[in-house]
Amino acid sequence: MQLDQILQYTLSGLSTGAIYALIGIGFSIIYNATGIINFAQGEFVMLGGLFTLTGLQLLHLPLWASVPFSITATTVIGILFERLAIRPLRQPTPLNLVIITIGCSILIRGLAMLFWGKDTHAIQSFSGDNPIAIGGATILPQHIWILVVTLIIIAINKFYFYHTISGKAMRACSYNRRAAGLVGIDVRRMVLFSFIISSAMGAVAGIIVAPLTMTAYDVGVMLGLKGFCAAIIGGMSSGISTVIGGLILGVLESLGAGLISSGYKDAIAFIILLLILFIRPQGLFGKADSERV
Amino acid sequence: MKLKFINLIFAAVTLLFSTNVFAAETIKIGALFAVTGPAAFLGEPERNSAKMVVDEINKAGGVKGHKLELVVYDTTGDATKAVQLATKLIKDDKVIAIIGPSTTGETMAVIPVAEKGQVPLISCSAGSKITDPVKKWVFKTAQNDSLAVGKIYEYLQKSKQTKVSILTVSDGFGASGREQLKSQAAKYGITIVSDETYGPKDTDMTAQLTKIRGSNSQAVICWGTNPGPALVAKNAKQLGIKIPLFMSHGVSSKKFIELAGDASEGIKLPSGKVVVADMLPAAEKQKKSLMAFVKDYSKHYKAEGDHFGGHAWDAVMLIRNAVENGALTAAAIRDQIESTKSFAGIGGSFNYSQADHAGLGKDAFVLVEVKNKDWSIVK
Amino acid sequence: MAKPIRNGFESMKKDFFLFIGFSIIIMMAPRFFAGGYLMNVLVFVGINTMLAIALNLLLGYAGQISLGHAGFYGLGAYLSGVMTTTLNMNPWLAMPLAALIVGCLAFMIGLPILKLKGHYLAMATLGLGIIMYIVFNETIEWTGGPSGLSGIPSLEIGDIVFDSDVKNYYLIWSAALAVMLFSLNLANSRVGRGLRAVHDSEIAAQVLGVNARLLKVEIFALSAVISSLAGSLYAHTMTFISPTSFGFNFSIELLTMVVIGGLGSIYGSFLGAALLTLLPEILRGANDYDIIIYGALLILMVMFLPGGLVRGIPTLYRKIVKVKSEANHA
Repeated sequence: MQLDQILQYTLSGLSTGAIYALIGIGFSIIYNATGIINFAQGEFVMLGGLFTLTGLQLLHLPLWASVPFSITATTVIGILFERLAIRPLRQPTPLNLVIITIGCSILIRGLAMLFWGKDTHAIQSFSGDNPIAIGGATILPQHIWILVVTLIIIAINKFYFYHTISGKAMRACSYNRRAAGLVGIDVRRMVLFSFIISSAMGAVAGIIVAPLTMTAYDVGVMLGLKGFCAAIIGGMSSGISTVIGGLILGVLESLGAGLISSGYKDAIAFIILLLILFIRPQGLFGKADSERV
Repeated sequence: MKLKFINLIFAAVTLLFSTNVFAAETIKIGALFAVTGPAAFLGEPERNSAKMVVDEINKAGGVKGHKLELVVYDTTGDATKAVQLATKLIKDDKVIAIIGPSTTGETMAVIPVAEKGQVPLISCSAGSKITDPVKKWVFKTAQNDSLAVGKIYEYLQKSKQTKVSILTVSDGFGASGREQLKSQAAKYGITIVSDETYGPKDTDMTAQLTKIRGSNSQAVICWGTNPGPALVAKNAKQLGIKIPLFMSHGVSSKKFIELAGDASEGIKLPSGKVVVADMLPAAEKQKKSLMAFVKDYSKHYKAEGDHFGGHAWDAVMLIRNAVENGALTAAAIRDQIESTKSFAGIGGSFNYSQADHAGLGKDAFVLVEVKNKDWSIVK
Repeated sequence: MAKPIRNGFESMKKDFFLFIGFSIIIMMAPRFFAGGYLMNVLVFVGINTMLAIALNLLLGYAGQISLGHAGFYGLGAYLSGVMTTTLNMNPWLAMPLAALIVGCLAFMIGLPILKLKGHYLAMATLGLGIIMYIVFNETIEWTGGPSGLSGIPSLEIGDIVFDSDVKNYYLIWSAALAVMLFSLNLANSRVGRGLRAVHDSEIAAQVLGVNARLLKVEIFALSAVISSLAGSLYAHTMTFISPTSFGFNFSIELLTMVVIGGLGSIYGSFLGAALLTLLPEILRGANDYDIIIYGALLILMVMFLPGGLVRGIPTLYRKIVKVKSEANHA
């Protein structure tokens, strides 16, 4: 066992973890504003990657134009989702909402399969494929992109939620929707906002990971699942603790695969998470009374 | 749909004008392909090829006056669904032969149904255990994965690279490959120094490859289907792994080269001859069928025909040949297929017998290498 | 979600006749469809009904979510499969033994897991399901791994071998009806009332002397036992199992069955299981569009029948009648 191997496992884990984190934040934003666990969040990630592909290959746009095109297109889908499936719901119990988002995720995936086909597609890296050596380990320029974009998004989130009126209003909704309504906050509008933000974020995640993971109509399932876990480890926060959640998950997987057994790596990650939850039933970062359901 | 309707009218008109002439009955063939789901890369070309060849046979007047009818169901890669649909094909559609399923797991699940229903099953999946031991009603057209493993090991033995690492995907395809890689190693004097797996939906294999890099292996063999192996190729490049990388026949299509990009250069893999059809010597027995298949497929579907589609093509042709030899019942078709000799199909030259329901020899595969974003045959 | 308190005796009598009527219809069904493929699908409706009821006891009655029930289902199937193939055990012995093992396991895991609430519980059960799935996939020496386990023996009683769809139908549905009857009784019993109390407010239930924590764990174990039995029956009727049938997606499908059918209703679980099992068969003609229609139908059903089929259909019926009579008056 050499030190540079451990370093490589950790670095690989951190870069995969950053992807999970970015997707996890999308989960948290919708959850906090609406109480919905959006099982279709992974589909936004998939759409981000595939719309970029459309921009690059079908519309022959350069990369810098394909990215905003993809974010806009995915956000439009997010808005339609909220308008057509969430808002008309008459009995928005948490479970009904879960089933609705599952239905939407199946529907979006099906449409994507028809539109883009079943093949996997590769997207070029943003700045080449020449590995960067750190100690004895290597990462790709795309990993740097992921880390930087994740940091920028956390910073923007922080600013939005703490320094703008609509961000503060959304936080108010997350603490108490009725009270927020009583003080004049348009709760329904905040729900729509949360869908706009998280679909755009999902798209960003999908775009920057596509060069690494490739993209296809069904990539959203696995990425969504891992993002969901990251968000829960982080206590469904839309800030740094979800990022830490994602990084923990990524590193656990990578170390598990490298040091114990690659076949059981997901199981190892989940067993450790279960143990953490057994010791701290309120979550890794939650306070004892933070039950919001 | 439209075609079916036209066929129907055509059939009705023919019937009207030929009331006294003997009208040969339609031969109904069932097909189970994983057209959607994780194994769609197999099921879709298989369905396309089967439909294509059946249409063409019918356009040419059928077989001895018999039209063929293909009933295709999508199993989504799920063994339970495959079993249900096999039952449906036998009981409701009353087919006289079944082509498919696409994956080994599904095939193993469907075998008891076919055996009990006494309908020949021509599987399009690669697992050796499908026809080993031989089952009365079960055949296969896909090359055994043991042949693919043999091809790689032969090469490694020749080039004296005896310490290898294997990295297999944890699904039916990878598990079957892993079993073969492990069981045949000793025969070729090869030791497996590192045995790693990855999940079919994993997006990063650097951890496994780092472990392999740390071992003293002289070659890496990765067993999986797109997109996993493309990621492995990219990750290996990122980690600066210099030892040769081998893949399975599961990625022998242009798609792999497209996905892995520059990282695919120099990778070697065993492949059916279809991807190198135009490079084969003219004396090659299969060349005619291969060129016809490639041409037809690109004409119909504007895509490159691969050897997965070829498995379905071969299966339909086996049934066609049986019907031409006068077999009209399930039992007669089974007997005819079993006595097929030197049929030059897409997958290879088939020789079935009572003791061998897989029908192919080692020459079904060639070892190819990616050079300048294209395939070339390794001599 | 709590049901109104009803006059105990009256409702029990009504329930009894409803159940008898339902059983007769179920047992008569093969007379009309025998032989065809539909029979095979109805066998799966039976298995899924058991599973949906199992999850409903946990979700609808005790209010505890599980996103990992496919794991218990798979564990039952694999334990039964491995014990009968490699250990040559009699299936009739293997099935209860599997259920016992799964029950004990669920009880032990349930103790810490059910301390969790809300999305932490969802995550923990999800993780549990994924761990079990990975174990099925990786313990190749026993389970055959991703290629599956074949050659599982069919069940036999005396000279009758359960190897055809019609025979399996009677076998599976006898079990499903037994599970239904048991669950109906449970729902109307002291335990059922205790469960509903826990569902509405755990603290209030505690105050009233219900040992909420133990009750939750017990119902979790019971739910796992029923799932395990369904799994064993699945293994012996299919004679082949592979991990893909027991993945995360199937856990979600079970959840959908329960919610679409109607939370807290045993007949609702049957309706949900029947609908979600038959729907793909009906949509098969739509080729690649089936998945889209399936997704859209899920959304529409929650939108227009938010209480599930079992409550939604009567409401919808009344609405239609009302609209019609209004139209007649106008």
